[in-house]
Amino acid sequence: MSTSFTTSSARNVFYGGTAFFVLLFAALVFQTESDIPQRDRREMLAQNPQVAAGKKLWENNNCIGCHSLLGEGAYFAPELGNVVDRFGGGEDGKATVKAFIQGRPAEGIPGRRSMPQFNLSEKQLDEIADFLEYVSKIDTAKWPPNIQG
Amino acid sequence: MQYPSQAVAKPYFIAALGLFVAQILFGLIMGLQYVVGDFLFPHIPFNVARMVHTNALIVWLLMGFMGATYYLVPEEAETELHSPRLARALFWIFLVAAALTVVGYLAVPYATLAQITGNELLPTMGREFLEQPTITKIGIVVVALGFLYNVTLTVLKGRKTAISSVLLLGLWGLALLFLFAFYNPHNLVRDKFYWWFVVHLWVEGVWELILAAILGYVLIRITGVDREVIDKWIYVIITLALVTGLIGTGHHFFWIGTPEYWQLWGSVFSALEPVPFFAMTLFAFNMVRKRRRQHPNKAATLWALGTGVMAFLGAGVWGFLHTLAPVNYYTHGTQITAAHGHMAFYGAYVMVVLTIISYAMPQMRGRAANSDAAQTVEMWGFWLMTVSMVLITLFLTGAGILQVWLQRVSADPQPFMAVQDQIALFYWMREWAGVAFLVGLVVYLASFFVGGRKEAAA
Repeated sequence: MSTSFTTSSARNVFYGGTAFFVLLFAALVFQTESDIPQRDRREMLAQNPQVAAGKKLWENNNCIGCHSLLGEGAYFAPELGNVVDRFGGGEDGKATVKAFIQGRPAEGIPGRRSMPQFNLSEKQLDEIADFLEYVSKIDTAKWPPNIQG
Repeated sequence: MQYPSQAVAKPYFIAALGLFVAQILFGLIMGLQYVVGDFLFPHIPFNVARMVHTNALIVWLLMGFMGATYYLVPEEAETELHSPRLARALFWIFLVAAALTVVGYLAVPYATLAQITGNELLPTMGREFLEQPTITKIGIVVVALGFLYNVTLTVLKGRKTAISSVLLLGLWGLALLFLFAFYNPHNLVRDKFYWWFVVHLWVEGVWELILAAILGYVLIRITGVDREVIDKWIYVIITLALVTGLIGTGHHFFWIGTPEYWQLWGSVFSALEPVPFFAMTLFAFNMVRKRRRQHPNKAATLWALGTGVMAFLGAGVWGFLHTLAPVNYYTHGTQITAAHGHMAFYGAYVMVVLTIISYAMPQMRGRAANSDAAQTVEMWGFWLMTVSMVLITLFLTGAGILQVWLQRVSADPQPFMAVQDQIALFYWMREWAGVAFLVGLVVYLASFFVGGRKEAAA
């Protein structure tokens, strides 16, 4: 590096550049906050308290430790952002999701991956299903590419 | 070692390596579960093994960063650590908290852990990498504050160098950004959005400052190159890192319900994220080429060069591979991500911690460098682990390409599990590469116990 570019000018560029991009990032964050109400389906959260309860169940059972949700999480088990649609959509899709969770064998399946049996109550199953339906309605810019997730 | 208080770093390094072993063992369990689905089921389900694998990694890297800081700050500041006693106390608090958390993961179902630790009061659990009980998270904040208090006072009372300033900036950033871990709105889109403020702004933001500072410190010591030159490189590297990495956060905002302009912002800036890592590679090689002394610790030099190369490959090249929105549309949430994650973490952060350990441990054991015999064994460990990690990454990339094709691109997309069965061969190869990694780790650890004629203390 040339001698005219000194350490102190490098330091100034660092602090100046960082400050500028922190501010630019902050501006984009504020813009995002004002734009996402059109995409995040917050009205579903407001109308149905079971959705938030389902999210808590999702967290308390560490579902993200095997599954991905909108593509984030572990890649050991299927994507669930669109599972309600994959299982038929609407009430049918939710019923199938519930039946699947309920039907997991406690001791697993020999030689194969299997979801644990969480012994959820009927109410909890409804909450999870409502949460997953809410997730399926979020505007994800047409991701995933197809129904398989 | 010029200041006795630097020695507080030693337990941090030893515990870090212990947790490294745990991380790899649980990684092997998970890798096997990918192909033998019922292995250890239902006693250690995949999600539990994964928590141990990822959280052990995070904690041991933090331990490594803390040890590195305690070791290098007194030398940089030319004064003793403000309170070695506080550093030792915080070590035990951190270690016990980490151990209890792991015991909690393994001993009871996660939902029970959430219940007994009062997650209800401030729900923060059950999100990827932030699975720790809220009480553990609070413990992490307390330890981080005590640690920062200790090292900041040390720097303030002594000489201020670019390395210690950059390191402190990185560490303060790390602690402050962690506070977003306590924010968990019901709104999934906002939850995910702010979750990245911890995850991305750590590993593709402030951690890069810590990485550059540690690497710069070691390069000054082993090459004898003028500090002015090293400082300038560090500032250039971290400028590039933050200029690209801050807006680069946008590459996580493509498909999670956030506005679509992030596809452009995220693609453009994150496509530039390899640049600081490339600069880091040039930095390491240039400094070693221009060295003014022949330091007897050749292993530390190898680790420093390896960090430059592997960070560029793992974080830079493998990151770029799937960072453009049109590509990421197909690769998002597949084994491609896993491939990148493995080599990026190893190449950047694992290797820089092993670099400082390689440099500092002999000093703390009263010698400038280990015997040639011990260094040879250590370098065998380096190559075994590094080559194994390259193989793990290549096999996961192969699995990922097939997965993307079969599940997302082909004319007749197949269900997730049907695809998983077809790519099992790649998972088997990954598992064997993982076994080779473990062998490399054992060889590396064995190098600490190899005797022979040592170089006298510097």
